[in-house]
Parts: sequence; C-alpha cells; structure tokens
Amino acid sequence: MRDEPLVLGIETSCDETGIGIVRGHTLLADALASSVDQHARFGGVVPEVASRAHLEALVPTMQRALDEAGVTLADVDAIAVTSGPGLAGALLVGVAAAKGYALAAEKPVYGVNHLAAHVAVDTLEHGPLPEPAVAMLVSGGHSSLLLVDDLTAGVTPLGATIDDAAGEAFDKVARLLGLGFPGGPIIDRSARDGDPGSIAFPRGLTAPKDQAEHRFDFSFSGLKTAVARWVEARERAGEPVPVADVSASFQEAVCDVLTAKAIDACLSNGVRTLVIGGGVAANSRLRVLAEERAARHGIAVRVPRPQLCTDNGAMVAALGSHLVAAGVAPSRLDLPADSAMGLTSVSVPG
Amino acid sequence: MLVLALDTATPASTAALVEVTADGLFGVAESRTVDPRAHGEKLAPEIAAVLAEAGARPRDLTAIVAGLGPGPFTGLRVGLATAASMGQALGIPVYGVCSLDALGRAAGPGRVLVATDARRREVYHATYADGVRESGPDVAKPADVTVDVERAAGEGALKYGDIFGVPVEEHLLHPPGAALVALAADRIRSAAPSEVLTPLYLRRPDAVEPAGRKPVLT
Ligand SMILES: [Zn+2]
Repeated sequence: MRDEPLVLGIETSCDETGIGIVRGHTLLADALASSVDQHARFGGVVPEVASRAHLEALVPTMQRALDEAGVTLADVDAIAVTSGPGLAGALLVGVAAAKGYALAAEKPVYGVNHLAAHVAVDTLEHGPLPEPAVAMLVSGGHSSLLLVDDLTAGVTPLGATIDDAAGEAFDKVARLLGLGFPGGPIIDRSARDGDPGSIAFPRGLTAPKDQAEHRFDFSFSGLKTAVARWVEARERAGEPVPVADVSASFQEAVCDVLTAKAIDACLSNGVRTLVIGGGVAANSRLRVLAEERAARHGIAVRVPRPQLCTDNGAMVAALGSHLVAAGVAPSRLDLPADSAMGLTSVSVPG
Repeated sequence: MLVLALDTATPASTAALVEVTADGLFGVAESRTVDPRAHGEKLAPEIAAVLAEAGARPRDLTAIVAGLGPGPFTGLRVGLATAASMGQALGIPVYGVCSLDALGRAAGPGRVLVATDARRREVYHATYADGVRESGPDVAKPADVTVDVERAAGEGALKYGDIFGVPVEEHLLHPPGAALVALAADRIRSAAPSEVLTPLYLRRPDAVEPAGRKPVLT
C-alpha cells in the first residue's frame, strides 16, 4: 500500500553493515556487507576492524538497498538507526551516517534499540505480534529474555547472560575443537554426526538455588570451561577427541537451558507467543527443541528466517516503521551512540 | 557555490559553510565544539546550525569537503560518515583533504610544524613551507619529531610546546573550515568527480591473533 510509511533502517552495531527498507510491514530491500572474514583469524570481532569496514561499506550498501527497493532517499519517510547496544565505535559510524542522510534529505531520524529491532523483524515475516509476547535473543553479542508488552513503547528485560553470550560460547568451543570461526554454524554441522547424550555437560543457573535470583538468567562460561577440561583430559590421556559427540553434547546443553528458561518465562507471564531471534536462532537443534517444548504448553514459536535472525538493516527499518505508525516522536540530531543502551525505551526520545 | 566543510580529526567538531566563487572564497558560517568524545553528538546539530544561520537548505550545497585526518579514529569517522552520507543523499561530490594541510595552509608564510594529538603520548605531524606540505603526515613521539621550523600550529603543538620549543599559533589549534575548502577549491570549481573518503589512519588496528590454547587443567 502506497500510503504506508517508507522507512529505511541502518544497522552497524557489530560486524555487519546492514541497510534495510520497508514499506509498512513489507520488506523491500535488505542489503548487507559483512566484515566477518576479516575477524576470522582473530577468533572474534575486532572492534576497530569492524568500524573501518562499516565506513567503507556504508555508501555502496546504501546504494544497493535503494536500487533493490527501487526508491530514492527523497522518497523515504523516516530513517531509523541502531543507537545501541553494541560496539561503541561501530555504532557511531551508523549513527553519524543516519544523521547525514536525515539532514540532507530533511527526514526524521529514529535512534532505536538493537534488541527491540531483533523482535520487530519477525513482523515482516509473520505479521503483527500478539502482545504480550516473550522474546529470546541469542547471538554472539546477546543472550536475553524479554517481555514484550508493546513493541513501540516498552520492553521489559526478564533475564540475560551473566557472563558469555550464547554465540560466544559456540565460538569458543569451536575454536578449542579447532573447527574455525564463527562457531555457530560449524558446531551445528559437526553435531549432526554426534550423540547429544554422550557427555553430560553442565546446565548453568538451572539448580534450585538459582531460581530466586537467576531464574531467567544464563551462564555459559562454566559450560565452556567444562568442555575445555573434558577435551584436555582426553588429549592428556592420549585418546582421540570425539569432535562430533562433544559438539552435539555442548549444543544440547546450550539449547536445553535456553528453551527451558524461555518456556518458563512464557508460562510464568501467561504468554502464548515466543519469538526467537539473533544468530543462534538459526541453530537447527534450538528450533526443534523450542517447538517441541512449546507445543506441550500451547505456546506458538515464531522464528524469522535465518537472514533476518542475524544482524541486518531490515530489523531496524521494521522497528522504525512500528514507531512511525504509532506516532512516536523522532530522536533529535544530537542522538548519541549508546553502547550500553538499556531497554527502558525502544527509541531515543526526541 | 555554497560548500560545506566538515572536520572531526581533532577534539573539535567543525562544520562550516564557505562560498566559492570563480576567483576566491569567503566564509559564510562556522560552528565548532571542542570535546574529544562528543563528535557523534555535536556535528549534525552544528551542520543544521550553520545552514540555518546562512538561511540555506541542504539542497543549496554544491559540494562537501571533509578532513581525512590523520586523527583519533572514532571521532575522525564521524565526520567522514556524515560527509559521505550527505553527499550521497544530495547527489553532490565529496572531496577529501588532509586535516593537517588545512592548519598548514592557514598558518601562512614561513616554515611551520603542524602537530595534533594522536593520544598514547604521540602526535600526528607534518611540516609546511609557505602553506605547502614538505613532509608528513606521520605519527611519532613529540621528542622524535624534527623541528626545523619557525612556528608551530595545532593542539598537539600546544600540548607538547615545551618539547618542540617554538612559538605556537594559539589561534590555529583545529582545522579551519575555509582552509579545508581552499585545499579543494580547484576540484570544486572544475566539478571533479566525487571521491571515496578514505581516512588517513597511519596506524593499524590493535589486534592480536590468538596464540595456542591456554590449558585449563593445572
Ligand atoms: Zn544482534
């Protein structure tokens, strides 16, 4: 529909330069440039390398998005950009660019929360989100459980990781198994030939004593260390490391904890909809286990397709579109990049 | 021709409007905030402010000139991302100039050292004869910079004035908008093609490849 707002979204919080364009809740373009290859040899994202790559990728990625959507910047009704959380220097490139586009084209700019954008992107694929919903966002940068009362006004954090992010644990375990980077897809593949029940790795923060303070929090640091100890003990004993079994058992431990806590969060809040986003949402075992467990309680699971789960511009545009439609005031031109942005508001108030 | 100049290579965020004519140029408006951590917040409102002061709209711009540094990376990229995005949105060319050159040119006749703060007790530096660069830009410890000049300019020259031992032009601490535009005047007048704004980083990213695995069993 022509009268729905045309919103452009810019995402540069980590190592992906994403520009997305939506009209209402219809995705028109989702252009992406990734610096992931430049980080591989460091075993993790190097912030300065990511920031340099964002600056280089920005203009060509924007051009691709505009061409793909068949629109110009003059046609756009609003520009949304990830204001935080994320890598400070990387965020700043996107925020500065968003302001430049907004200034030049005389359009409003919305600084938005990256986590809320991960939730909003699901509406591009599955339509309006029943509220309240619970969202579980799992990636190399975040592991969060959120209660979504109103996507444009307020998202309540229920829990988060107290140490490593889920995706980080995948990266670290992949590295110690000598499998490469990024770890998520590699472990997923390696686990297919393994027995998930062969090694009993720990489930962090699931003991009865953790219920009071950390019911919806995650901890993956102990799991990572347990895998390292197990592998090292094998190596010291001169025995071969069963890589597929280790992968499968590790992956099972992560997915078990994530899905158990997500379902618990739904049940304890009387919520019937669970949205899963972030790069780890692409994990095949996580999807299966979440759907299996949710079905037992009549909970619907919504997982966007993998390209929309990882960081991208479409998610930022999707949230921007919700904000425009709800009549939320845009941010001001002094809008900051906020690497530790909280969820108290999903956009930077004007 | 109305030209926007942007520079964020020093603790200053500078936005200036300069009118370029066939045989000269003159400053229309300039806004500057000095805060090494606030480029991202200050620059865009400053651009809006100089446009408002001149009674101009973004579409009245003919070109954008941006200081490519060298300068602390995070702040430097704010100016370049802003210039590149505005140029793309307006469909006008963007031109890059060395930020130190703007100070060197503005310092005028004679031999001048330009030094800006590179943090980590180092400076970005270059030397100029009658406004034209003779050496640099480079990054070095102040004590390792060859000082065969009469005067110095730039906030780094002020900070390490006792080491350089030459008079500092205290009115020339940050790249002036008019000087940035002057350096690109020929390109502006001949409507040269737009440029990719590549920062003068002069340093590689700090990143170390992981060594072997650290054992967890002791
Ligand atoms: Zn993310």
